[in-house]
Amino acid sequence: MIKVENLSKFYGDVKAVKSISFDLSDGEVVGFLGANGAGKSTTLKVMTGFMSPTSGTVYVNGMDILYDIHEIQKQIGYLPELNPLYGEMRVYDLLEFTAKIRNISGKTFKDAFARVVEQCGLKGVIHKNVAECSKGYKQRIGLACAMIHDPKILILDEPVTGLDPNQIVEIRTLIKDLGSEKLILMSSHILQEIQATVNRIIIIHKGEIVADGTNEELMSGFMGNTKLTLEIKNAEDASVKELTKKIPHLTIINTESRDGRKLLNMEYPKGQDPREALFQYAVDSKWVITEMSPHSANLESIFRNLTMEETANA
Amino acid sequence: MRNLKAVYFKEMKSYFNSPMAYIFLVIFAVINGYFFTRTFFLFNQSDMRSLFNIIPLVYLFFIPAVTMSLIAREKNLGTMEIISTLPLKNMDFVVGKFLAAFSLVMVGLIVTLVHLLTLTQVGTNVDYGAAFTGYLGLALAGAVYSSVGTFASSVTDNQVVAFIIGIFIVLVFFLMDKMLMFVPSYLTGLIQYLSVDYHLSNISRGVIDSRNLVYFASVVGFFLFMTVRILEIRNWE
Repeated sequence: MIKVENLSKFYGDVKAVKSISFDLSDGEVVGFLGANGAGKSTTLKVMTGFMSPTSGTVYVNGMDILYDIHEIQKQIGYLPELNPLYGEMRVYDLLEFTAKIRNISGKTFKDAFARVVEQCGLKGVIHKNVAECSKGYKQRIGLACAMIHDPKILILDEPVTGLDPNQIVEIRTLIKDLGSEKLILMSSHILQEIQATVNRIIIIHKGEIVADGTNEELMSGFMGNTKLTLEIKNAEDASVKELTKKIPHLTIINTESRDGRKLLNMEYPKGQDPREALFQYAVDSKWVITEMSPHSANLESIFRNLTMEETANA
Repeated sequence: MRNLKAVYFKEMKSYFNSPMAYIFLVIFAVINGYFFTRTFFLFNQSDMRSLFNIIPLVYLFFIPAVTMSLIAREKNLGTMEIISTLPLKNMDFVVGKFLAAFSLVMVGLIVTLVHLLTLTQVGTNVDYGAAFTGYLGLALAGAVYSSVGTFASSVTDNQVVAFIIGIFIVLVFFLMDKMLMFVPSYLTGLIQYLSVDYHLSNISRGVIDSRNLVYFASVVGFFLFMTVRILEIRNWE
C-alpha cells in the first residue's frame, strides 16, 4: 500500500509538484495522467527514491521514504521514463546484474529469469547485446528488469511511449495480467492508453491533482449535457422552431443549412432521452432524418476541460 | 559486499567487452616498454629504476582515461536512475567502480613484469626487494589516482570534462613536491606530506613506512568518501 502525503518537489523556483496527497491500495491498477510537464515523472521519481521530496513524504507499507528507502526499493519495481539501459551488456547479463543487486542468485535466479523471459517475451534476444535490440524489446527488457524480483508494487513511467500499435497491445495485456496480483501505478499522457488498462485514474495538472476516481466516476462526475446532432431533410423553419416547444428539455444550440438539408446541434440534460419523441415529431412533420447521433462526454473531453480551464485561470 | 561484487564484475565485463581495456593495456605496455628499453641496454645496469620513473608519468594521463566513464557515463545515459532506485548503497556502487578501474590499472602493471623477467635473464645481482617495493609504490599511487578519477567522474555527466578534471587533480598531487620552492616555508612540510611523489619515492627506495601506507589509504578513502557525498547531494538537489 502506498500513501502519498502532502508531497512537494521544487526545482529551484519551478514548483513541479505542489503538495499532492493520494492513497493506493494493494491490487489496484492506477493510471497517472497529465500533460507533458504536469509533474507525473517527478512524483514517480520521488516515490522510487531517485529524488528527495522538497516537503511531505511517501509511505510504502508503513515505511517512510525519507528513512527506509532501501527497504522500500526492495518492494518496488520501477521502469523509468526514457528506459535507460546498459547498451553494451547482454540481456542475460543485465538481468543477472539486476537480480544480484536484488539478492537473487542461483536457483532462485533461474526461476525468476525463466518467469520474466516468459512474461515479457524475451526468448529471442537473451544472448543479444541490449543495444542491438529494437525499441519494443528494449521496453520489455526494462520491464523484465523491473519485475525480476517479483515486486508487489510496479511503477511504470510511460511504459508504452514510442511503441508500435501491436507492441502497445502486448504491453497493455501484460500490465492487465500483472494487475490481478500487484499494485501497478503507470503514468501516461495518452488518455486511451490509460483508459484501456487501468481501473482508477489520477489526473495531475501543473503539479496538482485535479481529478481522482474510476473511469465511471470521472465520467459521471464531469458529464454535463449530452450533445445531439440531427440532420434532416424537408424541414420548414417554422416546424423546427416548434420543436423545442414540443420537447421542452431539448435546446437548440445552432442550426446550419446546406444542400436543402438542415443540421441541428442540440443538447439535453443528463438522465433525459428525447430521441424517441424527436423521431415521432419528425414523422409527424414529414421530416426525413439522415443522421441522429448523441455525443456523451468522454474522458478525452474531461481531460481537456480540466487541463484547459486551469491554463485559462493561471 | 555482495552488491559491491555485482557492481565490480559488471564494470570489469564492460571494460573487457569493449575495446577500451585492450587499447589501454596495449598502449600502456608499449609506452612503458619503449621508455624502459631505450636506455636499459645503454646503461648496462640491472635495475628497473627507469621503468619506475616513467610509469607515474604515464599514469597521469592513463588513469583519468580509464576512470572518466565510470560515473559520468551512467549519468549521461540515465542509468543512474536505475542504479539509484535499486536497493544499492552509494558506497557499494562507488567502491565497486573504483576497484574495477584499479584492477585494470593493476593488469597493466602486471604486464610490465615482463621487463623484470628480461632483467633476471640478462642481468646479474637483481635487487628483488627494490623491485617489489617499486611495484608496491606504483600500485598504491595507482590506487590514489584511480580514486581521484572516480571522484572526477562523479562531478559531471560529461566524460571529457571528467577526464580533464581528473588530470588536473592528479597533476596537482603529482607536482606538489616539485613546487616546494614556491610555497612559504611553514607550509612546505604539509605540502610535501600531501604529495604522492614524496611517499612514492620513500617506498621505492625500499622503505615501507606505515606513515606512507596511512597516507595512501587516507587519500583513497577521502576521494571515495567525497564521491559518495557527491552522489548523495545529487539526490537532494
